[in-house]
Amino acid sequence: MLLLLLYKRTPLATLQHEPVTQPIEFDHRHHVADDGIDCRYCHNTVETSSSAGYPATSVCMNCHAQIWNQSPYLDLVRKSYFTGQAIEWKKVHRLPDFVYFNHSIHVAKGVGCVTCHGRVDEMAEIHQGPDMQMSWCLDCHRNPKPNIRPRQYITAMIDPAPGQGTFETHFSESGSNTSQSPTTMNDVHSRTSCTTCHR
Amino acid sequence: MADLARTISPSITPEPLIEGPDDDLTLTDSVFAPVWKPTAKGWWFLFMICLGGTGMLFSAIGWTVYKGIGVWGNNIPVAWAFGIINFVWWIGIGHAGTLISAILLLFQQKWRTSINRFSEAMTLFAVICAALYPVVHTGRPWFAAYWLFPYPSTLGIWPQFRSPLTWDVFAVSTYFTTSLLFWYLGLLPDLAALRDRSTGKWSQRLYGIFSLGWRGAGRHWRDYMSAYTLLAGVATPLVVSVHTIVSFDFATAQLPGWHTTIFPPYFVAGAVFSGFAMVVTLIVPAREFLGLKNVITLRHLEAMNKVILATGWIVAYGYAVEIFNDWYSGSRYELGHLHEKMLGPFAPFFWMQMFCNVVVPQIFWKRSLRRSLLVMWIASIFVNIGMWLERFNIIVISLHRDFIPGSWAAYAPTIIDVSLFVGTICFFGMNFLLFLRFVPSVAANEVKELAHEMRHTHV
Repeated sequence: MLLLLLYKRTPLATLQHEPVTQPIEFDHRHHVADDGIDCRYCHNTVETSSSAGYPATSVCMNCHAQIWNQSPYLDLVRKSYFTGQAIEWKKVHRLPDFVYFNHSIHVAKGVGCVTCHGRVDEMAEIHQGPDMQMSWCLDCHRNPKPNIRPRQYITAMIDPAPGQGTFETHFSESGSNTSQSPTTMNDVHSRTSCTTCHR
Repeated sequence: MADLARTISPSITPEPLIEGPDDDLTLTDSVFAPVWKPTAKGWWFLFMICLGGTGMLFSAIGWTVYKGIGVWGNNIPVAWAFGIINFVWWIGIGHAGTLISAILLLFQQKWRTSINRFSEAMTLFAVICAALYPVVHTGRPWFAAYWLFPYPSTLGIWPQFRSPLTWDVFAVSTYFTTSLLFWYLGLLPDLAALRDRSTGKWSQRLYGIFSLGWRGAGRHWRDYMSAYTLLAGVATPLVVSVHTIVSFDFATAQLPGWHTTIFPPYFVAGAVFSGFAMVVTLIVPAREFLGLKNVITLRHLEAMNKVILATGWIVAYGYAVEIFNDWYSGSRYELGHLHEKMLGPFAPFFWMQMFCNVVVPQIFWKRSLRRSLLVMWIASIFVNIGMWLERFNIIVISLHRDFIPGSWAAYAPTIIDVSLFVGTICFFGMNFLLFLRFVPSVAANEVKELAHEMRHTHV
């Protein structure tokens, strides 16, 4: 019994940190850290839709029509582009069907990408950042303050002033030009009704 | 004391608790006879009926799980119907066992000896039937455990500890565990006796396993007695607490007809009332067919009928207070509820309940009726029906017409509801028949102890 309780908390059961092999060797490190491409360039529905969205192959080809356009690594991308057959990306963060989740509201309220997905800029092969337990969701839903940032930093992988605490403390204590904390700015409240997520 | 009583008035001397020869061998033989004898045809007949009913029960549960809770007659506003009526009815029936085994033991009432095991078994099986209902009522019984029990889950939430429904989970599971331990502990010496006297290889082995190595040593008896008394102490508050908490399920709501402080005592009295009625219903035929008339005498039955009469009056008082409070509150909703109860569409059920629970037990004022097997058997069945109707009225009449006429709705059970109810009765009967067949239904060791005491002290 105790072992079962323990097991449910280990990555064996939660699949946390388990690398997901995609059909193409896509390296987030290179695209995010080296190239500095904004998350929303590829995951372009994240601000308007429940799903952040997988990029269409045409988005890849915006660049890869010009660069690395002979690379065998990208054979599958070109094939997909010319046949119109989508690349079958594998889902990494999977929620059960009975959970209602919407990316757009989280982004609008100032929950940064890194808060839930981890340091994607350091992931050679993508993996699930948090343990995705219900208690993990509730930790933030009960006390959202520490995880709320100004909207202009939504895709930032690190704090603009490293080593100075969260955005919340940074903004309230540094006496920056905005007098409001991001929580107030974005009108963020605790949301713990069952029907917030289980509709 | 008894001698003094006999000299003053011979008529008030109590009859003996054991009739006929009371040597150890005769008593053991008469108590164990139903276990030794080859299975009777009547037993098989009843068992097959109950087995069929049990099949129906599990089919109905299966259908409920497959189709969903919509196959029941429950609706909004009557969201609690047969599921909770039957839960409360069964759990109430269980109370007699705990009362007889625990409270009467602590009060040293000698007449409990012959009927305690019988009623404890009844308690166990009744609690199993009761617990089935809320679990199936959740609609997804396989989730029920993790919804109901607080354990350190990864959900980050706990059951609502302020809700009496959560208290119910603890009350009923504690009640079941304690009743099971109490019953089983009491069985140990008799199981060992069965082991020693069995001739078949398998019966020796099985009784041997279940008697847990009981040898009847002095030390065994000493530990046994202290454990038994301790368990009685643990079980005593449960007689009061379990049905009190069940009544909180209703009393803490604001619904007219539920929101009343008389509920806890009146529910507890009602539970004992219905429990004793069920013991009488079962024991009258059982003592006849199992040949236990020498140990379960008319004096036992008469004592139980007196308890029925007394608790019946507490229940009647509860009804009176309910009606008085409805009127005295001056609240139009309480008065409306009273009107619905007495004159509304379910009024015949209310008046039937009054007849069964208030009028019928009054026949036990008369000694000859208290001692007539047929009369007490029929009366006890009336009480069982009356107590079921009481729960039906509390739940359905209160729910079907509450504050806003726009939310009123009628209620009728479906065939599945009825199958579940009849099914649990058969399931209960099946368990009980198995109990009567394989385990001595009267505690032989306690009866023998009583016989010894009687020889020396004229109890």
